[in-house]
Amino acid sequence: MSQPPYAADLGLQLCHDCGQVCRLSDRDCPRCDAVLHRRKPNSIARTWALLVAALIFYLPANLLPVMFTDLFGHGSENTILSGVIEFWKGGSWDIALLIFIASVIVPCMKFFVLALLLVTAQRRSRWAMRERARLYRFIETIGYWSMLDVLVVALVAALVQFRTLSTIEPRLGILFFGLVVVLTMLASMSFDPRLIWDAERQDAR
Amino acid sequence: MSTDLATRPDAPDDAPLIICEHCDSVYRRPSLARRQSAHCQRCGALLERGRHLSTDQLLALSIAAAVLFLFANAFPVLSISLQGLSNEATLWQTVEALAQGRITLIALVTGLSIIFAPGLQIILLIWVLVHARSGRIAPGFRTCMRALEHLRPWSMLEVCLLGILVAIIKLAGMLDVHPGLGLWAMAMLTVLIILIGGRDIRDLWNELGVPSR
Ligand SMILES: [Zn+2]
Ligand SMILES: [Zn+2]
Repeated sequence: MSQPPYAADLGLQLCHDCGQVCRLSDRDCPRCDAVLHRRKPNSIARTWALLVAALIFYLPANLLPVMFTDLFGHGSENTILSGVIEFWKGGSWDIALLIFIASVIVPCMKFFVLALLLVTAQRRSRWAMRERARLYRFIETIGYWSMLDVLVVALVAALVQFRTLSTIEPRLGILFFGLVVVLTMLASMSFDPRLIWDAERQDAR
Repeated sequence: MSTDLATRPDAPDDAPLIICEHCDSVYRRPSLARRQSAHCQRCGALLERGRHLSTDQLLALSIAAAVLFLFANAFPVLSISLQGLSNEATLWQTVEALAQGRITLIALVTGLSIIFAPGLQIILLIWVLVHARSGRIAPGFRTCMRALEHLRPWSMLEVCLLGILVAIIKLAGMLDVHPGLGLWAMAMLTVLIILIGGRDIRDLWNELGVPSR
């Protein structure tokens, strides 16, 4: 079974904004005016920078409280993990698991997969290219579900506002956590999955 | 039904070319029926999907989405009561709850993901589709279509819907929680955005024959 040709070998490139097939010599897409790039510019350096920034912010996101709860005069602060544990102890193990997946497993998986993709692309590795391509598409689809905890905190803080009786307020940790989600989304957007396949081509990059 | 392009050499030789955005492979555009999709032989990514909805259907759903969007934003999504006191929250108040001092930045991100991105998607879709219906290219078509591409990843209504569910369960232990009219509107809106916010709209470039400059 023969493999299809690569666009660059035919003197072509893709417009990411409208899907138009353009010539390699075009600087802008003739159809939608978007700037064209054979590969996303500085993909590897940019993705590393965003990934490292996200990793750094992930520490305060987990160590600082994300929420302050005052119930009938009993004030307490919750981090993401202590919130999960509270759900677990309260018997809602399903919600505990859901938040744990969205807030811990999904971001950690994104860190790991992006680092793996970056290292293998830098080494021009030909190992498991199809599987790596699939991994990339997977983290692209699941990434934004990490916003779950930010939205939950926003909702309960908007609702529980009974001055003297009870209040819930967001805390600094949720800012860092939200930034982690945004940074990992930007990181996976700036990674160019075509770099995986460039290992097969001689003159690439 | 999924089709591997390698097993379908029936695309005519003069069919336009398409390029896989995930690996740069070049193919002839296959002609696909509804529910058919073509995947890249090299990397397995989705290349093309047979169109699900016609322009008229997309426009009708976009207008329905606009109405639901207004309801989802005008009415509270949840209300709670505690010892005779009650309180409710709309989507906007949810965003506002995060707009406090140092963390205000995250309110902007939240506002983008549950209000501005979906709202703008709906407006742009209606604008482009109203013109496309009569075969015209809307003024600013290029900008609108590119904006739709860039908004898509930031529109997160489905995550918000799950968040509301979690909030209900979280609060149900200590007080009474009631879903509001806004919640039902939002649930329906989420389904519509999934239907209309996808990449089907890209077909307009070819259907309207947008000229190259
Ligand atoms: Zn273009
Ligand atoms: Zn491909």
